[in-house]
Amino acid sequence: MKPAAFSYLRPVSVGDALRQLADGGPEAKVIAGGQSLGPMMNMRLARPAQLIDLNDLTELASIRESGDCLRVGALTRHHQLAESALVRRHCPLLGQAAQTIGHYAIRQRGTIGGSLAHADPAAQLPLVALTLGARVHLRSVTRERTVDAARFFVSAMTTTLAADELIEFIEFPKAQPGESAAYRMFNRRHGDYAIIAAATTVTVSGGKVAGLRLGLGGATPVPQSLQALANAACGRRPDDDWIHDLARGAADQLQVEEDHRVSVEYRRELTRTVVTRALGHALAQLKA
Amino acid sequence: MEKQSITLTVNGRNIEFLAQPRKLLSDALREDCGLTGTHVGCEHGVCGACTVLVDGRPVRSCLTYAIQMEGHEISTIESVAEGGTLSPLQQALHELHGLQCGFCTPGIVMTFEAFLKEHPQPSEEQIRDALSGNLCRCTGYQNIVDAIQLAARRMREQRVEPAPAAAAGGTPGAAARPVSVGAEAS
Repeated sequence: MKPAAFSYLRPVSVGDALRQLADGGPEAKVIAGGQSLGPMMNMRLARPAQLIDLNDLTELASIRESGDCLRVGALTRHHQLAESALVRRHCPLLGQAAQTIGHYAIRQRGTIGGSLAHADPAAQLPLVALTLGARVHLRSVTRERTVDAARFFVSAMTTTLAADELIEFIEFPKAQPGESAAYRMFNRRHGDYAIIAAATTVTVSGGKVAGLRLGLGGATPVPQSLQALANAACGRRPDDDWIHDLARGAADQLQVEEDHRVSVEYRRELTRTVVTRALGHALAQLKA
Repeated sequence: MEKQSITLTVNGRNIEFLAQPRKLLSDALREDCGLTGTHVGCEHGVCGACTVLVDGRPVRSCLTYAIQMEGHEISTIESVAEGGTLSPLQQALHELHGLQCGFCTPGIVMTFEAFLKEHPQPSEEQIRDALSGNLCRCTGYQNIVDAIQLAARRMREQRVEPAPAAAAGGTPGAAARPVSVGAEAS
């Protein structure tokens, strides 16, 4: 399996890359880690006439604090996310989820910008971005804009990214003091995409749940935020009954689609399981 | 598409050849650099057989184009045994039957040469997590896990060689024997 022929450009600045992307038109495609585009090109599911290689744009590879946000450059590798002390402190959900992406060698190369732009329905980082309400910063030669994660993902493998736009960086809200996070997924083989994944953050105050986020990925064309359910679950004591009710509520609410490999019933059952595990893990961290 | 001149730095040596931009690094290493130790399996990033090091990090050479690697340092399996002496990891794989047909072995060695530098004292869970990216259809993985643990222990002991009494395994001589590895794995 070899890719179809393409011409190759290696810009040295974001400005260069944007100009090349604008000049290249719809036949041009950017490549960062290449861990999804590479297989698609080898299998000739993608045949871009021109590749614009972003790997020299180290200005896009940094993680830094920006007010009450963590600003993550689009070229940040999954391994960097999983190992970063800043991510661990301010956005633990992001680090936990990144640690489960693919395999060790894949994580060295794959990037957050690539994962969001590729928008696989079962991928980790789109779910985390949606659950946390991240903002995606896009740039083209002529304009800059910021899109909420909830509007960025349109459908499976489809985003609002225009042909001449690059993701420059993503802003994640910093975790509140005392906030705990957990990402849990179910897959048949280690390193595969999730059949179902749950992402959550919890804060507890005076023995009651003060804040809760809950998102599900893997079952639908774009990840789902169950924020109404999560809001309704606040104010209660986070005991086993609370977890049980919430997991059942999440499974019932899941707008699950029929899949030739996974029945609706099985995926609902798995949803209960991963939500229970995610909430249990997040609460156990608070007690620790 | 015209072929163009590409220069790669592989195992410390500069190699120049003509190829199209679409030439995979895996194919360039084998066909243009004459380094056939890097094996080609699935060609979509799943099997791990083609893993090489780029600037010290493990990378699937089948998901990388040779032209992208200009200016980077590539290390392949041919660089691992120094002067014909196996690395601690290769030696441990040899002793503990961590390979049978050997097709997956170069990828496993390159992955874990990097992994053990980053994780000198890995847990079995960490090893199995990293090993999940390398498919082996012969050994059943148990002996590979054992060999990685043995190599990690020997590499740690080599590092504290000036004070061998402090090393967990006792003298460096004793450390060279693959003892009680099964117990460590459980």
